Amino acid sequence: MNMQGKKVIALGERDGIQGTALAECAKSAGADVVLEMTHCFV
Amino acid sequence: MAERFQRDELVVLLGTPNAESSRLYALTVKEGDPSWAGALAGTQLGLDVYHITEPEVKAAIPSAIYEEHVALMTMVLDVDDIVTAVRGVRNGQS
Repeated sequence: MNMQGKKVIALGERDGIQGTALAECAKSAGADVVLEMTHCFV
Repeated sequence: MAERFQRDELVVLLGTPNAESSRLYALTVKEGDPSWAGALAGTQLGLDVYHITEPEVKAAIPSAIYEEHVALMTMVLDVDDIVTAVRGVRNGQS
């Protein structure tokens, strides 16, 4: 999978992986994060 | 958001904690909300969707960054079930 130059929508969850962590990973892979959020269903 | 960009340049990256929520999110951004309860009911965005724990995603991320932000959680998540669920939706086997 090549994330270079992709626009990433990072949908995290509090009980899983948070949006900030997804965004950091995506950016480090060369992607452009256009939306980042962390849902919480508690 | 999906209307602002080309469909083929967008990727949805999930951090959901189990197979069921992963499948629900993936279906929602690909085929529309399967529960028909939200704003995306009946809206087929057709977006590419991956979970952060999938091997091909992990391979694209520098290992030090992945270790820092994700690796710990992969020890407590049922990664195999999550990967199967998201791949199933992506490949149209939902």
